[in-house]
Amino acid sequence: MSAPVNLDRRQLLASGGALIVSFSLHGAFAEDQGAPATSAPPPPGSLKTSPYLDSWIRIDADGSITVFTGKAELGQGFKTAFQQVAAEELDVSFASLKVVTADTKLTANEGYTAGSHSMQDSGTAIQNAAAQARALLIAEAAKRFDLPVKRLKTENGAVIGPNGRRLSYGELVAGDLLHVQAAPTSKLKDPATFKIMGKSVPRVDIPAKVTGGAAYVQDMRPAGMVHARVVRPPSYGAELTECNTSVVEKMPGVVKVVRDGNFLAVVGAKEFQTVKAMKVLAAAAKWKETARLPKQDDLPSVLTSLPSQTSTIFERNDPTVTGQKAIEATYTRPYQSHGSIGPSCAVAELVDGAMTVWTHTQGVYPDRQAIAEMLHMAPENVRCIHVEGSGCYGHNGADDAAADAALIARALPDTPVRVQWMREQEHSWEPFGPAMMTRLKASLGGDGKIADWNFEVWSNTHSMRPGGAGCLLAAQGMEQAFAVPPAKPLPLPEGGGDRNAIPIYTFPNAHVVHHFIPDMPLRISAMRSLGAYHNVFSIESFMDELATLSGADPVEFRLRHLDDPRGREVIEKAAQAFGWRKGQKAPQDRGYGFAFARYKNLAAYCAIASEVEVNRETGRPRLVRAVAAVDSGQVVSPDGLINQIEGAIMQSMSWTLYESVTFDETRITSIDWQTYPILRFDAVPDSIEVHIINRPGKPFLGSGETGQGPAAASIANAIANATGKRLRDLPLTRKRIKDAIDA
Amino acid sequence: MTRAGIFRGVIAVLVVGGAAAAFVIAWRPAIAAIEPPAQQSFAPDLVRRGRELAAMGNCNDCHTVRGARNHGAKNFAGGRPVRTPFGTVFSTNITPDAETGIGRWSEAAFRRAMLVGVDREGRHLYPTFPYDHFTNVSDDDNRALYAYLMTREPVHAPARENRLLFPFNLRVLIAGWKLLFFHPGTYRPDPMKSAEWNRGGYLVEGLAHCGACHTPRNALGAERADASFSGGDADNWRAYAINAQSSAPVPWDAEAIYTYLRDGWHPDHGTARGPMAEVVSNLSEVPASDVHAIATFMAEMFGEPAPERKRRGEEAIAQAKSGGGEMQMDSEGGAIYASACAACHEAGRPPPYGGINLGLSTAISDPDSRNLANIVLSGVRPVEGERSPIMPGFAGSMNDAQIAALLNYLRSRFSSQPAWTGVQKTIKDARGAETAFLQTSAGARNAPADPAERAKP
Amino acid sequence: MMTLKVNGQDHTIDAEPDTPLLYVLRDDLQLNAAKFGCGLGQCGSCTVIVDGRAVLSCVTPLVLLEGKQVTTLEGLGSVSEPAPIQRAFTEEQAAQCGYCIAGMMMRAQALLQRNPKASDEQIRAELAPHLCRCGTHMRILRAVRRAATLMDTAELLPAEQGSAR
Repeated sequence: MSAPVNLDRRQLLASGGALIVSFSLHGAFAEDQGAPATSAPPPPGSLKTSPYLDSWIRIDADGSITVFTGKAELGQGFKTAFQQVAAEELDVSFASLKVVTADTKLTANEGYTAGSHSMQDSGTAIQNAAAQARALLIAEAAKRFDLPVKRLKTENGAVIGPNGRRLSYGELVAGDLLHVQAAPTSKLKDPATFKIMGKSVPRVDIPAKVTGGAAYVQDMRPAGMVHARVVRPPSYGAELTECNTSVVEKMPGVVKVVRDGNFLAVVGAKEFQTVKAMKVLAAAAKWKETARLPKQDDLPSVLTSLPSQTSTIFERNDPTVTGQKAIEATYTRPYQSHGSIGPSCAVAELVDGAMTVWTHTQGVYPDRQAIAEMLHMAPENVRCIHVEGSGCYGHNGADDAAADAALIARALPDTPVRVQWMREQEHSWEPFGPAMMTRLKASLGGDGKIADWNFEVWSNTHSMRPGGAGCLLAAQGMEQAFAVPPAKPLPLPEGGGDRNAIPIYTFPNAHVVHHFIPDMPLRISAMRSLGAYHNVFSIESFMDELATLSGADPVEFRLRHLDDPRGREVIEKAAQAFGWRKGQKAPQDRGYGFAFARYKNLAAYCAIASEVEVNRETGRPRLVRAVAAVDSGQVVSPDGLINQIEGAIMQSMSWTLYESVTFDETRITSIDWQTYPILRFDAVPDSIEVHIINRPGKPFLGSGETGQGPAAASIANAIANATGKRLRDLPLTRKRIKDAIDA
Repeated sequence: MTRAGIFRGVIAVLVVGGAAAAFVIAWRPAIAAIEPPAQQSFAPDLVRRGRELAAMGNCNDCHTVRGARNHGAKNFAGGRPVRTPFGTVFSTNITPDAETGIGRWSEAAFRRAMLVGVDREGRHLYPTFPYDHFTNVSDDDNRALYAYLMTREPVHAPARENRLLFPFNLRVLIAGWKLLFFHPGTYRPDPMKSAEWNRGGYLVEGLAHCGACHTPRNALGAERADASFSGGDADNWRAYAINAQSSAPVPWDAEAIYTYLRDGWHPDHGTARGPMAEVVSNLSEVPASDVHAIATFMAEMFGEPAPERKRRGEEAIAQAKSGGGEMQMDSEGGAIYASACAACHEAGRPPPYGGINLGLSTAISDPDSRNLANIVLSGVRPVEGERSPIMPGFAGSMNDAQIAALLNYLRSRFSSQPAWTGVQKTIKDARGAETAFLQTSAGARNAPADPAERAKP
Repeated sequence: MMTLKVNGQDHTIDAEPDTPLLYVLRDDLQLNAAKFGCGLGQCGSCTVIVDGRAVLSCVTPLVLLEGKQVTTLEGLGSVSEPAPIQRAFTEEQAAQCGYCIAGMMMRAQALLQRNPKASDEQIRAELAPHLCRCGTHMRILRAVRRAATLMDTAELLPAEQGSAR
C-alpha cells in the first residue's frame, strides 16, 4: 500500500533543480543504525508505508520548506502541530515552513484521519523524516566543507561550520538529496532542548477563521462555479418512480437537472435559486418507499434478535480466585449523530477526462478509490484534495457529498460544481454512530477485589467508509447501482464495536465477548471513539457499581485493579486536582463522579472527575465542574491538547445527556436541531480544568478521542452519587433522571 | 333627645361600629409558630399526591425564579416579580426554611393561607396569590400540599420587598378588597353534572386557577365574575378567552383541550409557549384523568360552536392541509410573510416542528395583537436538551414598521376578523416588556410529545 | 435590484427580495464569515449585525434590509488590524474546527456594543441561539470576556465608519 512516487511530484522536484539519486539504507546512516542489513525493521509511523523522505519534506532551492502529510486538518490543530514537529527537527523557525495536507496528487497515502492516529502515524513520520532530512543536510554540508559532521550545527535553516561558514538548506538541496528511503531510527532532538515542540503555538488556521478569510471547502468559489442541490429520497432504499422535471428546468437560474436512476439533483447559477429549484424538484419527485426500520423504543431487543457473530476477544482464568458477591447490569446506547454544524459540501470539476474533487473527507485516497470506481474511471484520473469542512467527528456526509459533486460534475464537464447538503439531509443521511448494548457481570472476592469479570457487547461494525463505491449514497442510487458491501468488523487491537471492550484493569478471571451484528437497519459508520464511548461508559459505570458493593472509594477501587503506572498517575492526578477525598460527601443535590480509560488501551490516557448538580424537582442534571488529567506521550501543543480534552468533555456531555436519533417505521425523524437537540450554552459548566502529564521523548499517543468515554461515565457516576439512582440507558435525560428519583 | 342628637349618636355608633367591624374584618390572629416538622413524618404517598397537586397548582412557576442559566435558582424559594397595575409583587419563599420560608407554619396556618389568604402571622396576602381560587381546595388536598412543601429542600431566601404604589402597599386595605370581591368557600359540585365534570370544575376553579389569567379583572384587580374565562393577561401576554368568546379559528373540543394541555400542543391550534408553556409542562405530570376532567369542564365553557363557526373551523383545517394559497407579494406585509415566514409556515411539515399554518393561529384571530407581536419578536426558544420547536425571533431584523405591516397582513389574510388598531404601539410595548424575550420563571421543561404522525408525501 | 449597505459600502444586489441575506453575503458578495449551518434559524452560524443588532442572516430576507446597515465579521477588522473581538478569539485560541465561531463573534460583538459590562450570566444567555459541536464553549466565553476587556481599552470600532473589506 505504499504511495506511488508519481511523475507529478518528480516534476516539482525537477523544478527545484534536483537530480534523482537513490541512497541505500546503508549509506550515510550506517553510524546511526548499528542494525545488520538483512532484516531491517520498518521505519516508524507512516514512513512504513511511505518511506521516501521527500514524501514528507520538500526543500526548494530558494530555501522554502514544505511539509506533506497525508492527514487532514479536522479542526484539531494538526496542521499547526505538524508544522511544529517539522520545524523542531529541521531546526528552522516555525514560520519558515508550510504544511500541505491530504491530497492524492501530493501527499502520502495515510488512509483516514481517524482513530486518533494522526500524531502517532503522521506526526511520527514527519518527526523522523525531518530529523533524517536534517542529518542528510548536515552530511551534505560536511562533504562540501570537507569537515566531519560533528563539527557542524544547524541554525535558522542553514548548516553552520566552525568558522561561520554557512550553507543554507536551499543551497544544499541540489541533487535529489531527500529522495531517500527513511532509516528505521532517527537521531531525534533531545526534548529538553525543544524550542517549538511542547510549546503552545498559535494555530495557523485561526486567523483566517476569525476574519472571514477563505478557510473551508464551503468558501471555495472557482471561476465558473455552479451550485448544485441533491434531492434525496425520503427513506432508505426508496425508488424514484416518477419525476416531471419540466417545471424545474424552466425556473430562473437553473442550468441542468441531473438524474441517474434514483439519484436526482438540480444545478443552478446562483445558490438560492438552486435551493428553491431543489424544493420544487423534491415536490415533483414521487418515491416508492420500502424501508422498514426497527422499533426505536426497544433497541436492546432489536440488537439481541438480529443475527450476530459471536467471538470471545479476551479470556483469562484463575480458578483459585472465586467471587462471593455478584452483580450484573446492562447498559444501552441509541443511535447517535455526528451533528456536524456545517452540513457536508464538496466541489468537483471534470477537465479533459481528469476529475478533481475538493472535499472534507477524512480519507482522500479511499474516497478517490470509491469515486473512481463509481465513475468507472482509473484512479489516477481522479484527484481528491482535502479542504477543511466543519468538524466531522468521524464518517459523516463528507464522502457522499464528494461523490455527489463528482457525479454531477461528470454531467457538466469543464464546470466546477459545488454541492451543499441541506441541514435535513445531513441529519437524515449521515451514517450514525451505531446503537449498542453491553451486559456486564462481575463478582467480588473476600478481599474486596473483583474476582471475575464478564463483558458482552452487541454492536454493528463501526466503519462503512469507502472503501468501495457501494459505500457512497450516490453510487447506491445510480441506475447502475453499486451494492453496499458486506459489513466487516474492525480488527483488534483497535476494534470497532469492541473498542475498549477489553478492560485495562487486571482481573484474575475475565471474559470479553463481542457479538458482531452485520445487519444495519440504520445507516451507520464511524463516530468519534467508535465503540469506546459506550464500552468505557459501561465499564466505568460498572466499576462504580462494584465499588459501591465493595464499600470502597471509586478512585481507590480503580487503583486496586490497575497495574499500568501511567494510568495510575493519570488517575491520581485527576483525583488530586479535583480535591477528591475518600468518604467525601457532595453538597445537597450534588454528586461526584470519576472515570478513567486508555483509549483503545493503546493511545492516550484520560481520567475525569466531575461534580454534577441534579434538580430534585425537575430531574435536570447540570455539570458544575470537571477536572481531567491526560497523558498523551510527548506533547506537541499543550494548548491544542487542552482544547481537545475540553471539547471531548462538552461533546460527550451532550451525547450522554441529550442525544438519540429518532425514527418511525420508515423514516428518520430527527432531521434538524429541533428534533435532535444538542448542548447549548445553558449547560456549560462553571469550569473545566485539564492537567497534562507530559512525557518528553515518549511516542505520541492519539488524544482526539480519549475524553469521550471517561466523560460519559464520570457524569453518570456523579448523577448516581447525587441521586442514589443508577441510570444505565443513554441518554441520561432529565425525564429519565426525574422518573428514577420519583420511583 | 333632639333629632340632631340622635343623628349624631347614630353616626358615632356607625363610625365606631364601622371601625370595630373594619377591625374585626381586617385583623386576623397569628397562628402559633411550630418547630419545622421532620421530613420523615410525612407519608410518602401523601407527599407524592402533594407533588401532583402542586403541579396542578403551578406553584413552582410563581414561587421559583429562573436565572439565565437555570442556575442558582432554588425551587420554591420565591422572589419572582409579578407585575400588576398597582406595582410589582414578589412571590414568597414557600420552602420549609424556618426563618425565611414556611418552615414554622403549621398545617392549619397553611390551610388558612390557601382558604382565606392570610399568612401565619395574620397578615393579609395580596390576591396575586390566587387564594380566590385556592379557597376551593379541599382539606385533604391541602394536607397533601402541605406534606409536599414541607418535604422540599429548605432554602434561606428572604422575601423581596414588594414595590407597590401607595395606598396599595397598605396591607390592611386588602381586607376591604376581600370584603368586596372575595367569596371564601369550597367548590360546590353540580349534582346535574357528571363526576368527571365536577372533578374538572373543582380543579379549574381551584388549584388550576385558570381564571387567574383567563378572566378579565376590574379596576381593583378582582376577577369579573360576569366575564368568567373571557380573556385576561399573564405578564405581557394575552391569555385568550377560553369560553364561548374564544377567538380560535378552530373551535376547541374536549379532545383537543386534553391533548393540548397534556402534550403541550395540538395540530389544529399550535404549541403552548409563553407563560402557558410551564402550565402544560406541569400538566404533563399530573394524572391523565385530572387533565381529562379539566378538558371536560372547559369544553362546556367553550360550548357547542354555532354551525357557521364550526364550518369555518373545518375550512381552516382543510386549507391548512392543502397548504399554499396565493402569496401576495405586492403588499409590504405580504412580501415579508412570503420571504421570512412561508419557508416554515407553508412548507407542509406538520406541527409541532413545522410552523403551524397561520390560518389556525389564535394569535392572529384574537382581538389583541400582543401575542403575535411577542412571538414575531422573540420566536420560540428551545427547551434545554429536549426535542422542542425552535422559531427564530425577528426583533433584530425587522423594525416596528415592518412588524406592523406583517401583523396587519397576517390579520387580513389569515383571519376573518376586522383589522387591529394600535398595532405599532403594541409592538413598541412588546419590545420593551422583556417578558417576551426572557424565559418565564420556570421555563418550559418538557417539550411537545413526539408527533405520532409525520409528513406523508 | 436593490442597494445593500454592507460593512460601510453600498452594493447593488441582483437577487429576488426573498433571498436570505446569508446567500447574498456568500454568493453575491463572496464574503466567507457568515456560514450556512442550517438555514432554519436554529444554530447561529449565520449571525451578522444589522443596525447594531445580531440577526440570523439565513432567515433575514433582502426585503427587510432596505436602508439598513449590515456588518459582517469582515467589517470589524482584518488579520493585520484585528478588532478587539478578533484579537480576543485569537489570543484565547477559541476555536477547534471554527465553523461556528464567526456567528458567535458577531453575537458577542452586538452584545458588547450594547452592554460593555455584560455579566457572565448575560453572555451565556445571549449565546443561547448558538451551537458549537466541537465543545469550545469554555474558550468562547473566555474570549468574549477578554474582548470586553479589550474593548474597554480600545477606541471606537470601525464598524460604523466602513472599513477595509
